[in-house]
Amino acid sequence: MIPRHLIFAGGVMLLAVFSLGIYAGRMRGRVTQAETRSDSRPVAPPASGPTEPVTLYVAYDEPGTLRVQRSAIALPSARQQRAEEVLRALLEIYLSKNSPHPLARGADLRAVYLVTPGIAVIDVNAAFANGHRSGVLEEELTVASMIQTLNANIPDILRVKILVEGRERETLAGHADLSDFYDAAAVSQLAGQLQ
Amino acid sequence: MKGFGLLFASQSAARPAGRRKLPRLRFLPLVLLALILAAGSADEKRIAIYGASTNYSLPVVDRNGHEYVGLLEIVEPLGTVNARTDGLHWRLRYNDVEADFTNGQTRAKIHGKDFDLSSTFLLEGGRGLVPIPSLYALLTKILSVPVSLNEASRRLFIGNVATHFTAQLNRTTPLRLVMNFTAPVNPTIATEPGKLRMVFHREPIVPPGSPTLTFDDKVIPSATYFENNGTAEIDVNSSAPLMASFSNDGHTITIAAATSQSNAALPGTPLPPSPAAPANPAAVIAPVPTTQLAPRHFFAVLDASHGGDEPGVALAPDLLEKDVTLSLTRRLRQELESRGISTLLLRDTDGGLTLDQRAIFSNTAHPVIYIAMHAAADGKGVRLYTALLPAGGENNGPFVAWDTAQTLFLPASQLAAQGVAAELQRRQIQVRTLSAPLRPLNNVTAAAIAVEVAPPNTAVKDLVLPGYQQNVVSALANGIVSVRDRLGAAR
Repeated sequence: MIPRHLIFAGGVMLLAVFSLGIYAGRMRGRVTQAETRSDSRPVAPPASGPTEPVTLYVAYDEPGTLRVQRSAIALPSARQQRAEEVLRALLEIYLSKNSPHPLARGADLRAVYLVTPGIAVIDVNAAFANGHRSGVLEEELTVASMIQTLNANIPDILRVKILVEGRERETLAGHADLSDFYDAAAVSQLAGQLQ
Repeated sequence: MKGFGLLFASQSAARPAGRRKLPRLRFLPLVLLALILAAGSADEKRIAIYGASTNYSLPVVDRNGHEYVGLLEIVEPLGTVNARTDGLHWRLRYNDVEADFTNGQTRAKIHGKDFDLSSTFLLEGGRGLVPIPSLYALLTKILSVPVSLNEASRRLFIGNVATHFTAQLNRTTPLRLVMNFTAPVNPTIATEPGKLRMVFHREPIVPPGSPTLTFDDKVIPSATYFENNGTAEIDVNSSAPLMASFSNDGHTITIAAATSQSNAALPGTPLPPSPAAPANPAAVIAPVPTTQLAPRHFFAVLDASHGGDEPGVALAPDLLEKDVTLSLTRRLRQELESRGISTLLLRDTDGGLTLDQRAIFSNTAHPVIYIAMHAAADGKGVRLYTALLPAGGENNGPFVAWDTAQTLFLPASQLAAQGVAAELQRRQIQVRTLSAPLRPLNNVTAAAIAVEVAPPNTAVKDLVLPGYQQNVVSALANGIVSVRDRLGAAR
């Protein structure tokens, strides 16, 4: 015969185990939700590791120009990942509170693919394009700043294609053409006009 | 047809009543028929259809508070078509396109894909009736050509068939208002005190930039354009009797203020295309010899960007870019035409054109210059764009790569942009010249510029101020004129 106080103690312990299990389950759910929410924001370059100088061509809506901005960010060694990190650094400026060229909430870079010989493919997410402000100059500033930033930091890029969610799209937001490959040299000249 | 049946039935029924009443009753159906037709024609709603090879109008019927028209009657003159009724289904085949409608249903199938009408399809006596608001989308799918519909005035344009006009007042003696049309016209002309009315029943006339054209003259102060029930009308307002004459194979109508001198100069023969006799006997409408118009070699294509389902920038809650570009383009047409430059508007209604279509229509017209109008809420003044050519696009013998077709014409485009920029600066309008990845500039085989008009200051609503728009388009026209010789030579 098991003493009554042992049965009582066992019951209390089982109750404590179930309660802790439920609590742990809820905490896990909250962490998952927080991770999902953070997915909609651009991933900032890694803070750790040695930093390298980069040149960003930042669009300013007022007065509609591109300005060169020097920065130092930690960059991986692989060329493709470097291209992605440089563009993410640019997008971080556009998504900041006092952005000189605001992008839509949730706008992000999905990937950059570097294809030989000299072709870069920039893939942005749907929020980037769907929420982009419409207008010839607004769209042109976005496209030129991204391509020229890539030009300035990743050597030997000759042509650039911009995709939205991995697919070709006719225009960014009704004006800037996304159906063709951009000539990197022509965009460099355009960046000169926009400065 | 039911009306005819009833009339003749009543005649048969009247016979046994007595022979003496028969002679009077014999004319009753005709009298009633005449009354019905007269009453019907006065109020009958009609829709005008303007196609590339034929123009016609059809009766409109009201059902359940909506306006309907027979679909077969619309498409029959345009191509090979047949229709058949199968129970509640009505199937129409136009060339290779099959459309299937169901009586009482809004959903139809065109080429196997779902299509929603604005109200239910009606099948009446084997005749398929479709709601008028759906015609634009429906015919675009069936006919595979650009379609424009002015729903309020019930005017349907199939293809790029619009006839544009300009009006210029020549302060000669007698005073002459010269109206040039891009295609021959044959309006009904009538006069009444204070105005001369020209009603265009069959011509696809489209409105000028402003519905009222003012001439700053006491004798002919203005002309007003309006359209209704499938017709367009231009009223020339005047304080003196007016005479109208046709010339240039129907492309030009000259309206002169009648004086005793001019009455003697013009023969008093009635004008053939004028079924409505002049109400004012003083107004003599007569053909005159073809006027010696200067040959026009400089031809501009004007493109009001966006349109239809593609509104462009929402400049304000109730102000869309597509509407502003149309207004600017119409004004520019008037300004260029008044400077002797022929124009073609790619879009003169709220119809949608793809970027490829815009380039194709422009290249087919072989203009010296293509001008696309855009509007913006941000910034100030005007931004001029030439093409930023994409990578690649290698020509293959006589075949020019579509994406870089502009390459050979880029110097001419930059020349045009410089000319326009100089004129805008002269008028102290803020201007900036850039290249831009903006289609269809890179596909156009002529000098090609895009003009993005922003407000004169920070207030977006000022973008639609007539004075500002007029100042901008006047500068554009002057700028184009300043380089026309060099553009023509470059071509």
